[in-house]
Amino acid sequence: MTVAAGAGEWHFALVGTPNSGKTALFNALTGGRQKVANYPGVTVERKSGLFATPSGHSVHVIDLPGTYSLRARSPDEEVTRDAVLGRLSGEALPDMLVCVADATNLRVAFRLVLELKRVGRPLLLVLNMIDIARRRGMEFDLDRLSAELGVPVVTSIAVRRGGTDELIRRMDEMLEASGARSGESTWRPPTGTELRTAQREADRIIRAAVKMPGRPDTVTGRVDTVLLHPVAGLVILLAILFVMFQAVFTWAKPVMDLISAGFDMLGALAQETLPSGLVQSFVQNGIISGVGSVIVFLPQILILFLFILLLEDLGYMARAAFLMDRIMGSAGLHGRAFIPLLSSFACAIPGIMATRVIDNRRDRLTTILVAPLMTCSARIPVYTLIISAFIPSTYLWGWVSLQGLVMFGLYGAGIASALIVSFVAKRLFWRDHAAEPFMLELPDYKLPQLKGVAIGLFTRGKIFLHRAGTTIFAMMVLIWFLASFPGAPEGASEPAINYSLAAIIGRFLEPVLTPIGFNWQINVALVPGMAAREVAVAALGTVYSIEGGKEAASQIGQTLAANWSLATALALLAWYVFAPQCASTLAVIKRETGSWRWMWVTFAYMLGLAYFAAFVTYRTAVALGAG
Amino acid sequence: MRRFSDDVGEFVETIALGTAPVTAMPLGRAQRGFCGRIDTIQAAESGAGLPAAELESRLIEIGFVEGARVEILHEGAFGRDPIAVRVNGATIALRRREAMAIHVRTLDHES
Repeated sequence: MTVAAGAGEWHFALVGTPNSGKTALFNALTGGRQKVANYPGVTVERKSGLFATPSGHSVHVIDLPGTYSLRARSPDEEVTRDAVLGRLSGEALPDMLVCVADATNLRVAFRLVLELKRVGRPLLLVLNMIDIARRRGMEFDLDRLSAELGVPVVTSIAVRRGGTDELIRRMDEMLEASGARSGESTWRPPTGTELRTAQREADRIIRAAVKMPGRPDTVTGRVDTVLLHPVAGLVILLAILFVMFQAVFTWAKPVMDLISAGFDMLGALAQETLPSGLVQSFVQNGIISGVGSVIVFLPQILILFLFILLLEDLGYMARAAFLMDRIMGSAGLHGRAFIPLLSSFACAIPGIMATRVIDNRRDRLTTILVAPLMTCSARIPVYTLIISAFIPSTYLWGWVSLQGLVMFGLYGAGIASALIVSFVAKRLFWRDHAAEPFMLELPDYKLPQLKGVAIGLFTRGKIFLHRAGTTIFAMMVLIWFLASFPGAPEGASEPAINYSLAAIIGRFLEPVLTPIGFNWQINVALVPGMAAREVAVAALGTVYSIEGGKEAASQIGQTLAANWSLATALALLAWYVFAPQCASTLAVIKRETGSWRWMWVTFAYMLGLAYFAAFVTYRTAVALGAG
Repeated sequence: MRRFSDDVGEFVETIALGTAPVTAMPLGRAQRGFCGRIDTIQAAESGAGLPAAELESRLIEIGFVEGARVEILHEGAFGRDPIAVRVNGATIALRRREAMAIHVRTLDHES
């Protein structure tokens, strides 16, 4: 896009209550030209983007976390407050605040507008989703609204092409008349009485300028009768999760086969074109098979994120929190923890960051502590590899995949252990702590927007590939190095890898890990697996392919099946349910809790559980004859 | 769960209004299908959870203001908790514990 020369960059901030369609508006304004923070989940990280108005002004816009007030009760609401007040370091004081309101739900939004007026920045109110409001028979006297509120009011339909034209035109007008009406901030945290007064004023304005029909959204009401039913609701929630995990397995299969075939071809090409020796081994075993074995999981990760994004857009996530609140509450978790924990199924990092929506520090710490127990997508490669190698690909009752069922069981084990750990933590660390309130708006159901979901998926895919290209790639090079040097001595009888550094490390760990059924090849893979779980798969591939020759590289699974006992495989699965094998997660815990202590607590308890679980699994399996 | 102060509060409210049937009751004790109007937002300082003033502010911020129409739409499976409340066009999920701070009157007594 081109920006007229000389036009300076303007800074806008999008503010609004949760569920006001703020993010959809942000997507509509900036399209693909946005810098989304690395991690998904709720709107927690700062998202920024660029767009140009018709008259050539370049506008830098940030999408702030949703809030009902600037009083800021949680870390992400603090971001909103500080950004609005220009207190956020590294962030320019916004030239204009754009307050986004759901036109079908104006009461709380108008009170926020009245509060925002006190900040003294130029303010523009956007009545978003105006189409839905009008369809329900609401009528708006925009001039009257604008006069009563004392701010310009414009309507928009963020999810429709051209639905924001009017908004952008108005922004342009306001920019042309720039410098106007920027006053001193008289904002201070409102008291209960002030909130009541403001709400009455907001209600008065609505009565004066908006005609409300007696026709509420009946679709949402009718759907909720089923989805929030005490029994049916829980069954449906469980069914959704079940379908989600089955889909991760079955839908992704064809694409994964394609990707893995592609990397095999690439590997074969490298073998043909490069002279045999160290370089060939590095390119073929180190780079292509290493990175390939991780990238092959991209389809599964995208499918998982697709479900999470769709459920979020649909408005189902808040319902899930409602259904789960009591169950989670009995384990000492807050209902709001459901969303962060569900995000943790994709990756614990966004999950831990999403815990910022939990106001209470202790509730938040408990959630952070157990978030890494949720089965993240990085475990999928490890689980898939072992399951497909050791669990027969049969169907129970003709339609339930046994492999999918085992996967479901592993997810279940993660959830169950998270509940137990939080239950124990609550009693161990903060016995006298009273429960924090649970208040959450259940938004009307909306059809997910293709564009928003596409942008979301694209971002997740990019992050994953970026990781595969950097961290994982570096680890693969390290593994290849450890597995290749030093080479076998003259006249060696065993395969070369048995003399390598990798074997030395693996054997060094043997006394500790043999009791849980791990051989030295697994031990070698566990070390770089500390950087990221999925690296272990590639590491095993490298270890075995270098040991067993070229054919093994493409058939890691078969190699494992031939080399490991079932007991070892099951023990490794059990290990991976708990093991704190992700340096980035630990780093995020350190950052989000602001202390090393909680990071070490997490690391220690997870490592302890992993060892214990693997030990019990291995011994039991051996006793049952699977050794 | 029921505290003495709640009883006294209700009693005083009843006396003050003079007419026995038009008592304000906490929303936290209402059944599914309850329809009413908010009389007062007043949290008891119980020493647990949030300070009363903070809880009141949060309830107001999310839309529970004196005079607003409320209806209990859904209840959770265990202990009928939490509840989903329709309040002037929005649906809010909250626990019965916090809903005790919302005092309501049934709509039957209006014209």
